[in-house]
Amino acid sequence: MKPFVLSVALAAIAMSCAGSTASVAAWEPVRPVEFIVPAGTGGGADQMARTIQGIVTKHNLMKQPLVVINKAGGAGGEGFLDVKTSTNNPHKIIITLSNLFTTPLATGIPFNWKDLTPVAMLALDEFVLWVNAEKPYQSVKDYVDATKKAPSGSFKMGGTGSKQEDQIITVGIEKAIEAKFTYIPYKGGGEVAVQLVGNHVDSTVNNPIEAVAQWRGGKVRPLCVFDAQPMAYDEPIADGKAWKDIPTCKSQGLAMEYLMLRGIFMSPKATKDQIEYYVELFKKVRATPEWQDFMKSGAFNTTFLAGADYAKWIEAEEKRHEGLMKEAGFLASGN
Amino acid sequence: MEELANLFHGFAVALQPYNIMLMIIGITLGVIIGVLPGLGGANGVAILLPLTFSMPPTSAIIMLSCIYWGALFGGAITSILFNIPGEPWSVATTFDGYPMAQQGKPGEALTAAFTSSFVGALFAVIMITLVAPLVAGFALRFGPAEKFAVYFLAFCSFVGLSKEPPFKTIAAMMIGFALAAVGLDSITGQLRLTFGVTELLNGFDFLIAVIGLFGIGEILLTMEEGLAFRGGNASINLRVVLQTWRELPAYWMTSLRSCLIGCWMGVTPAGATPASFMSYGIAKRLARRGNNFGKGEIEGVIAPETAAHAAGTSALLPMLSLGVPGSPTAAVLLGGLLIWGLQPGPMLFVEQKEFVWGLIASMYLGNIAGLIVVLTCVPVFAAILRVPFGIIAPLILVLCAIGAYSVHNSTFDVMLMLVFGVLGYLLKKCNYPLAPLVLAIVLGDKAEEAFRQSLLGSQGSLGVFFSNGLVSTIMALGLVALFWSAIQEGYSRLRTSMA
Repeated sequence: MKPFVLSVALAAIAMSCAGSTASVAAWEPVRPVEFIVPAGTGGGADQMARTIQGIVTKHNLMKQPLVVINKAGGAGGEGFLDVKTSTNNPHKIIITLSNLFTTPLATGIPFNWKDLTPVAMLALDEFVLWVNAEKPYQSVKDYVDATKKAPSGSFKMGGTGSKQEDQIITVGIEKAIEAKFTYIPYKGGGEVAVQLVGNHVDSTVNNPIEAVAQWRGGKVRPLCVFDAQPMAYDEPIADGKAWKDIPTCKSQGLAMEYLMLRGIFMSPKATKDQIEYYVELFKKVRATPEWQDFMKSGAFNTTFLAGADYAKWIEAEEKRHEGLMKEAGFLASGN
Repeated sequence: MEELANLFHGFAVALQPYNIMLMIIGITLGVIIGVLPGLGGANGVAILLPLTFSMPPTSAIIMLSCIYWGALFGGAITSILFNIPGEPWSVATTFDGYPMAQQGKPGEALTAAFTSSFVGALFAVIMITLVAPLVAGFALRFGPAEKFAVYFLAFCSFVGLSKEPPFKTIAAMMIGFALAAVGLDSITGQLRLTFGVTELLNGFDFLIAVIGLFGIGEILLTMEEGLAFRGGNASINLRVVLQTWRELPAYWMTSLRSCLIGCWMGVTPAGATPASFMSYGIAKRLARRGNNFGKGEIEGVIAPETAAHAAGTSALLPMLSLGVPGSPTAAVLLGGLLIWGLQPGPMLFVEQKEFVWGLIASMYLGNIAGLIVVLTCVPVFAAILRVPFGIIAPLILVLCAIGAYSVHNSTFDVMLMLVFGVLGYLLKKCNYPLAPLVLAIVLGDKAEEAFRQSLLGSQGSLGVFFSNGLVSTIMALGLVALFWSAIQEGYSRLRTSMA
């Protein structure tokens, strides 16, 4: 623990110096910045964090290095608690996914997003309803009819993790169409996509980036996207179809919307200058061609929010998750 | 034939001087990463990934895959010299490699390990070159039930084939299962056995347990035996490499069997660790000198190393063709592919020919380069054992502590490592085998997950494990392995009564 205490002390000294000259220069990191990923290596959040790290290095956007560290334990709880206990350490930022809300609600670990300082929303990740291309369902209607005809619980939905976004969407679909699925949790999105190709599950709600390769290979078929509008990308992907051509689920009579936050938070009690520094940094990252390519490859929704708007969005989203999880019976006892 | 033309084009890409330089840098970095316990291949590749973003994708993947080869080679070094597995799949290498080093034959053990690694990897690369499309389709047939059957087979072949008293084997394995259950239950999303301690959210990491049980436990035992380090008279001569090579062809049967086990486990994708354990267990039962396994038998080094590398290499196949990583390191490489704008999946072999065949060619060349690098260093590695124990032991302790810390950047893990060290010492003193415990920690939660996924899908019916030819065959093989001793005994009794 000693080197850590020492470095915190050093940082504190450095900050107090910086504080005295704050009127002259805005804040800047004085040592390497830890970029925590509350998920395993290779997943969506990890990919995004490492892309950002690559962009920052390539375009020299920071004077200090940005170091990506995975803290995936307890569905990301390990990463959140690490940042929560790093008060007054502005050299620690964290990228979040929906487990920002779902992990504390489902496991009861002592954490809430208000323990951290919100920095900016980078993008929103879309969810698409996928079925195996060999199956006869061409539209949401075919799919819904088939699920209703199948004996209750015999229709298998594969998804990433338990009591997280994929299962929340599954429960939402069940409610919307009054059917009962069996939800089977897997470790990662890529694995889920392959289980669908191998016909071990009947449908999935993979993110675009997780299933796009199988779509292009003609192995899976998208039915609808869980967003209010169709996705913005009109470049053809497979069979002359683009992301834009996938209809919204709502327009097809499946009333469920869900988007996943890809946002940045930092340690508690950050000053205005510090938050401002990171907001500016991520604005620069978003302007690079590499970032735009990345957004396109994953068909992300590129909404950007910071400051009060961002906090308001999170608050609304937290309420929504609480409601969804309560309805689904996913809350930890004692919550 | 078109494949061969593509492959030669791939060689031309990989043989550019810039790429050869990257290859050697990659191998060297990989060996260092493999030697440091805790800083495994996955972490190493993840740390170095951003460095490669400015390179062309083919060069980048050549360098990263060479780091991967290097880590595979390097993992064996500390297993053999100090009984500390640098990587999960080199645990089984310690069983015979370490006794060999203690008998003054570290050079032989290292040469055997490196050469078998090379053979295993080469076998797998040839398989990838020739039958990639066929094999890739096979992996699609693996749902949760099939995966569980493979884990079941790994457990059974280890328990049924071991010669320890079954009670002690099962007791050790149960401790392992209990430890593997700690942390987040991935099926229900609930925390288990953490008792509100936030450090336990992650469960017990396999690497920390192994570093403690083997590394620290071994140091404690050696201290008790009077600080003697018995590798002192190791010969430090390159000729040892040639001498060992002359012996190796006699074990071709073990090599071939291990190659097949490895390729199968890599493609399915169960990974290198179960492959190495399974191969060791089977070799122990089938080898002529099987009774000597665990006491420094060269075959006991060949079997796990060959299988681990065949698996590690063939694990790249499902990653490229399906987008499913067969190992943690492959998972990080997968992330890299996406960042370079390459979409792994069925279309990669069609759309990105230059990249795929460049990578496959670099597998051939990277392995040869790796073998040369590590073999020339054998005398240097072996000479480490000549350093007096009083000097080397603190260094090992520091190495272990750094390794344990770097797994999660947590000092709690260093304490945990010491606790495991004491546990390892006690278990060894009471003659409990450590291998089943380790096997259960590594595969316990994966097996549990696959088991529960299968039952969710079948709505609770156990029939799912015998629902098709593939899964039934694997389960039946597992049961045969489990009751092998009884079957063998019954058979010999039958023969005597006939006579």
